[in-house]
Amino acid sequence: MGAGRLMLGRKADGLYWMFRYLERAENTVRLIETGQRIALTRLGSNESEWRSVLQTAGVLDGYEAEHDALTKDGAIDWMLRGKENRSAVSATIAAARQNARSVRTAITNEVWEATNEAYMIAGNLMARKVRERDLPTVLSAIRRHTALVRGATHGTMLRNDLYDFARIGTFIERADNTARILDVKYYVLLPSITSVGETLDNVQWESVLRSVAAYRGFRMAHISSTGPREIANFLILDRRMPRSLAFCVGKLCDNLGYLAADYDFKAPSLALAEEMEDTFKSQDIDGVFDLGLHEYIQWSIDALARLGRQIETDYRFYA
Amino acid sequence: MTEDQTFDEMWGHDCRLRTPYEGFKSWFDEEDPRHLRAKQREAEELFRLTGITFNVYGREEAEERLIPFDIIPRVISGNEWQKLCRGITQRVLAINAFLHDIYHRQEILRASRIPHEMISRNEAFLPQMMGVDPPGRIYTHIVGVDLVRTGPGEFFVLEDNARTPSGVSYMLENRETMLQMFPELFSRNRVQPVQNYPDDLRRSLIASAPAVADDQPTLAVMTPGIFNSAYFEHAFLADKMGAELVEGHDLRVVDGRVAMRTTRGYRPVDVLYRRVDDDFLDPLNFNPESQLGVPGIMDVYRAGGITLANAPGTGIADDKAIYSYMPEIVEFYTGERPILNNVPTWRCSEPEALAHVLDHLSELVVKEVHGSGGYGMLIGPASSKKELASFRDKLKARPANYIAQPTLSLSTVPILTQKGLSPRHVDLRPFALVSPLGLKIVPGGLTRVALKKGSLVVNSSQGGGTKDTWVLED
Repeated sequence: MGAGRLMLGRKADGLYWMFRYLERAENTVRLIETGQRIALTRLGSNESEWRSVLQTAGVLDGYEAEHDALTKDGAIDWMLRGKENRSAVSATIAAARQNARSVRTAITNEVWEATNEAYMIAGNLMARKVRERDLPTVLSAIRRHTALVRGATHGTMLRNDLYDFARIGTFIERADNTARILDVKYYVLLPSITSVGETLDNVQWESVLRSVAAYRGFRMAHISSTGPREIANFLILDRRMPRSLAFCVGKLCDNLGYLAADYDFKAPSLALAEEMEDTFKSQDIDGVFDLGLHEYIQWSIDALARLGRQIETDYRFYA
Repeated sequence: MTEDQTFDEMWGHDCRLRTPYEGFKSWFDEEDPRHLRAKQREAEELFRLTGITFNVYGREEAEERLIPFDIIPRVISGNEWQKLCRGITQRVLAINAFLHDIYHRQEILRASRIPHEMISRNEAFLPQMMGVDPPGRIYTHIVGVDLVRTGPGEFFVLEDNARTPSGVSYMLENRETMLQMFPELFSRNRVQPVQNYPDDLRRSLIASAPAVADDQPTLAVMTPGIFNSAYFEHAFLADKMGAELVEGHDLRVVDGRVAMRTTRGYRPVDVLYRRVDDDFLDPLNFNPESQLGVPGIMDVYRAGGITLANAPGTGIADDKAIYSYMPEIVEFYTGERPILNNVPTWRCSEPEALAHVLDHLSELVVKEVHGSGGYGMLIGPASSKKELASFRDKLKARPANYIAQPTLSLSTVPILTQKGLSPRHVDLRPFALVSPLGLKIVPGGLTRVALKKGSLVVNSSQGGGTKDTWVLED
C-alpha cells in the first residue's frame, strides 16, 4: 500500500461511473418531485412543465418515441422505470450497482452493502408502476438510500485516488445536471419587464430552485433581495451552494489536484478544470448576464463534457 | 439400497450420537426451533445484502442467485481430519509429479501405466506446455479434492479439481455468518479457524513468483468478468489478498512482461491467479475467438516472465478419464499405496467395461468425461426407462466420452427444516495450497448439501446448498 500502490484504469472508470449514476438517480428523483409539486400547486395544464422536466433529464426524445401523448403519469413512469430509458431511476441505480460490482475490491463493505441495498429496495419499490399516492414515499426512500451510499463513502473510504475518482464522477454529474436545468429554464431568469417586482412566488423560479434542492437554501442565503439575478448567481457562482457550477468545479479542481500530488503528475484535465474555475472567479453575475446567460451556460456544458473526456484519457479508463 | 444403510455423520449407522456432534447437540437441545428458523431467514437476508451470489448459466439474462445456506454445521473430528489430510497431501503431491512428468519425459507412459492415447488424444493436454518449467515446479497452486463419505472411516475421492477450483469464498463467508449469528456455539466448541486462508493463499502465490520479479512481487486475480458465475468469489479473494482484480482487456504484453493498465500507465504483473480457463487464456496460442484472454501471455509464461496459477494444462490431471488411473498415478510417483480411495470406475472406452455399464445402467452413475457442474450426467436409480434408453444411445454413440461409477450411499448430515433436523446427503471439498513453502490444507472446506430429500446431486447449479464445515480441535 501507500505511494507504490497501483490502480487499474478500469477501476477508476468503474468508480467514476458508479458515482455519476448514483448522482444522476438522485437528480432525476428531484426533478420528478419538483414536477409533481408544481403540478399539484398550480391549476390548469402542466404539459409544458413536464416537457421541460423530461427535457432537463435528457429523456424527452426517448419519451416521445414511445408515447403518443405527454401526460403526467406517463412522464413520471418513464423517468422512474421506462424500459427503454437508460437514464430512468431504476436503470441508473442498476448501472451504479453494476459498476460497484465490477469495482467491488475498490469500495468498502459498507459502501457496497449500501449500494446493493439501494438497488434491492429501489427494485422492489419500482417493480410495478408507482401509484400517485405512493410516489412521495418511493421518491424519498430512493433519495434516502442514495444518500446512505454517499454517507458510507464519506465515512469509510480511504482518502486516496479511489476516493478522488468517486468524487470526480459525483461532481461532473452534478455540475452537468445543474447546467442542464439552467439550460432548459434560462429564459425564466432573463430580466424582463413583466417580472420586475415579482417575488419568489414565481412558480418557475421555485421550480428551478427545487430542482437543485436549493429552495430553502436560497431563502436562507438571500433574506432581502430575491430576483432572477440572485437565483442565477446562487446556481452558477455561489460557492456556498453545493450544487452550483462554481462549487462543483472547485471540488473537481481539488480532487484532480490530489491526484496530481499523489501521482506526481499534473494531468491536462487539471489544467482544464482550473481554467473553468478561473472563469467563474473572474466574473460576477452581472458579467455573466452581459456575456449572455444562455451562451454562458452552453459554454459550461461544453467545457464539462470536454473535461470528462480528458479525465478518461488522462487516467486510462479505456485501452 | 435402503435409507438404513446410509451413514449419518451425527447419528452414525445405529442412531447413537457420534462424539464430534456432542457439543452441537447439547446447544441445539436448548434452542427454540422457531428461533432457529428465524435465524435461518436472517442468514439468508445477510447473504443477499452482502451480495454473495452466483450467476446461473443457460438463461436469457445471467441472473444472480443465492446459494442456499443451512445453519446446521457439519462437524468433523480432528482425528478424522488428520487422516484426510495425509491422503490429500499424498494425492496432491502425486498430481504435481504427474503433471511435471507428462509435460517432460512422460515416464509413466513409457512404463505403460497409462495408455498413450489417454494423454495424446485428450483435449485437456496442452502440447504448448511440453518442456516448460513453472517456477518451483508447481503446477497446481490450489487444488480442491471432492470427497464423499460412506461410513465412519470411509472416504472416497469423487474428483480432483486441479484447474480452477471454486467455492472457497463460501467456506469463508459461511464461517463468518455462523460466527456472527451463533458466537456462543464457538465458545462451546473448539473449532479450528479457516480465516487465514486468504493470507495463506497470498503467501503461497507470492512465494511462487518468477525469478524476474523484484522482492515485492505484484499479484493479480484474473476474472472472466462480472457475468461469470464465480465473479463474487474472484472479487472476494482479490479483496482479501489486497490484489488487483483484472480482466483480459486490462492486460497486455509490454516489453516481454504481462502488464496491467493502471491510472499511471502499464505496470508488470508477476503472479496471476487466473480464474479463466486454459482455452480462453491466450487467443494467439489457444482459442482465437477468446475475448477474455491476453494475446501472447503464453509466450511470456514460457519465457519465465510470469507465474500463472494454476499452470496451463493442469486439466490433464483432473480429467474424469484420467481419474480412474489415480491409484496407479499415486503409486507410481510416491511408491506408496493411496491413502484415499477412488470410487471404482468403469471406463466406457474399454469394450468390456462398456458392456458391463450397458447391462447395469439402472444401478450406475454415468458422467461425461469433460463435464462439470452436474450437467450431462445420468443417475441410474433415479432415472425413468425413457431417460435410460436415450442415455444408452448416447453411450453407444460415443463410449469414450463417458465413465460410470456405482451409486455410493453418500453420508448424510442434518439440515434444519420446518419439522426440525432432517438428514440430507453431502459431499466435501477441502482446499490444498501448494508453493515452494510447502503444502497447506485449510482445516475445513466447502460442504455441499442436496437440499431435496433423498437427492444425491449437491451442485449449486442444481439446487444444492452449503454448510459451515467444522474441524474440531481434539
